[in-house]
Amino acid sequence: MSLETFRRDTRAWLETNCPAAMRTALDEKEVVWGGRNASFPNDDARLWLERMGERGWTAPTWPAAYGGGGLAPAENAVLQEELRRIGARAPLWSFGLWMFGPVLLEFGSEAQKHAWLPDIIRGRIRWCQGYSEPGAGSDLASLATRCEDRGDHFLVNGQKIWTSYADKADWMFCLVRTDTTAKHAGISFIVFDMRTPGVETRPIALISGESPFCETFLTDVRVPKDQLVGQLNGGWEIAKRLLTHERQSISTAAFGGGVGLDLVTAAQQSVGLMCGQLADGDLRVRIAAFRMQERAFHLTVRRAQAEARAGGNIDHLAPLFKYAAASVNQQRLELLVETLGLGGLGWEGDGFHPDALRATRHWLRSKGNSIEGGTSEINLNVVAKRVLGLPDPT
Amino acid sequence: MTRPLTDDQRLLQDSAREFFAERASVKALRADRAAGRPFDPALWQEIAALGFAGAAVPEAYGGSGMGWRSLGLVLEAAGRTLVASPLLQSALVGVAAIEALGSDAQRAAWLPAIAAGEMTTALGLDEGAHHAPSRIAMRAVREPGGWRLEGQKRFVPDGATASHLLIAALAAPTPGAPESLSVFCVAGSADGLVRKPLAMADSRGMADLDLTAVRVADDAVLGSVGEAATALEGVLDTARIGLAAEMLGAADALFALTLDHLKTRRQFGQPIGAFQSLQHRAARMFVDLELTRSCVLAALDALDDAAGVSTSVRSAAAQGASVASVASVASLASLASLAKARAGDTLHLVSNEAVQLHGGVGMTDAYDAGLYLKRARVLETLYGTAGWHRDRSARLDGY
Repeated sequence: MSLETFRRDTRAWLETNCPAAMRTALDEKEVVWGGRNASFPNDDARLWLERMGERGWTAPTWPAAYGGGGLAPAENAVLQEELRRIGARAPLWSFGLWMFGPVLLEFGSEAQKHAWLPDIIRGRIRWCQGYSEPGAGSDLASLATRCEDRGDHFLVNGQKIWTSYADKADWMFCLVRTDTTAKHAGISFIVFDMRTPGVETRPIALISGESPFCETFLTDVRVPKDQLVGQLNGGWEIAKRLLTHERQSISTAAFGGGVGLDLVTAAQQSVGLMCGQLADGDLRVRIAAFRMQERAFHLTVRRAQAEARAGGNIDHLAPLFKYAAASVNQQRLELLVETLGLGGLGWEGDGFHPDALRATRHWLRSKGNSIEGGTSEINLNVVAKRVLGLPDPT
Repeated sequence: MTRPLTDDQRLLQDSAREFFAERASVKALRADRAAGRPFDPALWQEIAALGFAGAAVPEAYGGSGMGWRSLGLVLEAAGRTLVASPLLQSALVGVAAIEALGSDAQRAAWLPAIAAGEMTTALGLDEGAHHAPSRIAMRAVREPGGWRLEGQKRFVPDGATASHLLIAALAAPTPGAPESLSVFCVAGSADGLVRKPLAMADSRGMADLDLTAVRVADDAVLGSVGEAATALEGVLDTARIGLAAEMLGAADALFALTLDHLKTRRQFGQPIGAFQSLQHRAARMFVDLELTRSCVLAALDALDDAAGVSTSVRSAAAQGASVASVASVASLASLASLAKARAGDTLHLVSNEAVQLHGGVGMTDAYDAGLYLKRARVLETLYGTAGWHRDRSARLDGY
């Protein structure tokens, strides 16, 4: 089928099947995460996920054999354009789609792909990521959660931390230690049902208030042996691959969530104007500098996308995005809070505009942007070593 | 939007880099400096012969018609080795001014001459040490059959060597009418013009110009008096964008030089580039350079897009395409300021870091880092510092 035909058919299908309510901006509260206990803001959201999932268009480029869309990259580009054209919401947000699925396609057995991919695509199982541990943050490969071979099953003991939505997820993909005599080569990648006896979760309150993060305690958790993905002790390669998927989704999706306030408008209202310029000259210049930095970042994202579409190699740009996205988001929220003065430092209650309260929380939450998913310092290490070719210390 | 380089553009970029690296490396700048000349005229003829001087000149006027992005790639390549040549003032600023302001007759007379390397231009705009296009005192007074120019220009790049000077002056189309900026093409040999070469730290030629009763004919006015002010702003934006491309090239090459030093200089039994504090400084420079590259490419693209728009506006003059062109002019101005400010900040950072990371050798005249540092500050200042463009950017956005 030619791309023109594909575009025409896609446009017609979307016209019929994308409910009007799904063509509006997505508020964070209305995100559909799917899962056994899926909640939908309304019936249209449920319908939209069902229809897109049935076509495999929640995972457009995954093979149709597992329920994916089976689209070629060029067709997917057309689909994304058409979705953007009508302002369609993503029918599903999912760590299964963004992180686990891509590595399962690459490293999983045929049986595993058939077992788990269709439910990811349809949003029936919600996944969480068991990576970090209290003693293994940036140095992730030092993780210590033990996984022992007990003949017909694995027995897992340990603790995971910063597990997003562990309390709401159905299954976890998890890094465990299967060999204590080797560091990177002693790690395996397993998955298990969160209902397994011995799995406990506890939410973590952040400086910004409630959060999706949890601690996950694993005590004598029995995991069937066919739930090992890839080779025994071969989990680090999978882990690293998955992190690149995670960084991509963090830098393109998660930051810059709407506070509902435009920096310049807020500054004009809160600080006031003198002779047509912001009355605080120092703040004015810093806002201008920030906005130019933000624009430079967006232009770089677009340049990389254009180069990637044209078949160019953008590996040298990839580690830059997460670093720059975190920095831009943090600068914006610092400026926004400063712009609002004490009005931007309210914690809760009717005394503050809801947008201002959101600004406070987002500002505090943004401090984590340069920590989660690889700290900015780790990002710079990656740039220095992988992109610039600087040597390791001896 | 930022488009990937076409095959032709990649080819041009490669050949320009190769040419400048071989024929006009930093050694050539040292030779010019030793000989006390601002640039090597033989080199300029070679540059013209390669089609670089006419890169942005339409084919109809004897150029190669490759567009602004292509010229930007050439300027970037020239910036890498600090090439001193009339490229910036003639191939970029002069062509932009004649294209935007000139009559058909002037285009036909001057553009082929620039493309052939026979005519060189220098824009005489600023009258002080800072870029201030709104503070111009130079006046052109109406006389029978022409104009009389009176005033001074300071720090004019290529001002001592250009065959023609493009002088911005206030003039009134009719006696008593309000004055606005117009541009006059003055021959370098004109009576009443005194050029005083300035020895700048970066060894590139600048000059102060004194104009005392310099008389030019009517056909020396680019376009017509009273109608140049808005278009001149566009010419300056073109200059800023091309300059940003040259600055990107300088920053990129200096960063490569520094990176090489980090990998080869050994202290404490290892390459100093193995130390994390230095790795992070290098990585930050890389991030900065890549963000700047995106801005420069986007701005060059916007120039090509605007050229497309203005051509179609010209050809369909009466059909009211002005809304699109007004929008593209506004976005061009803000992209120009973005590119110039970012290139300035990046080159500033990289030039300071280069000297520091090279240690003592970076302080020596024999090493190139210092030449880049000196050139950096001149380029950062020319056509508006990063601070000037941040202020302009805020004004353009209404705050």
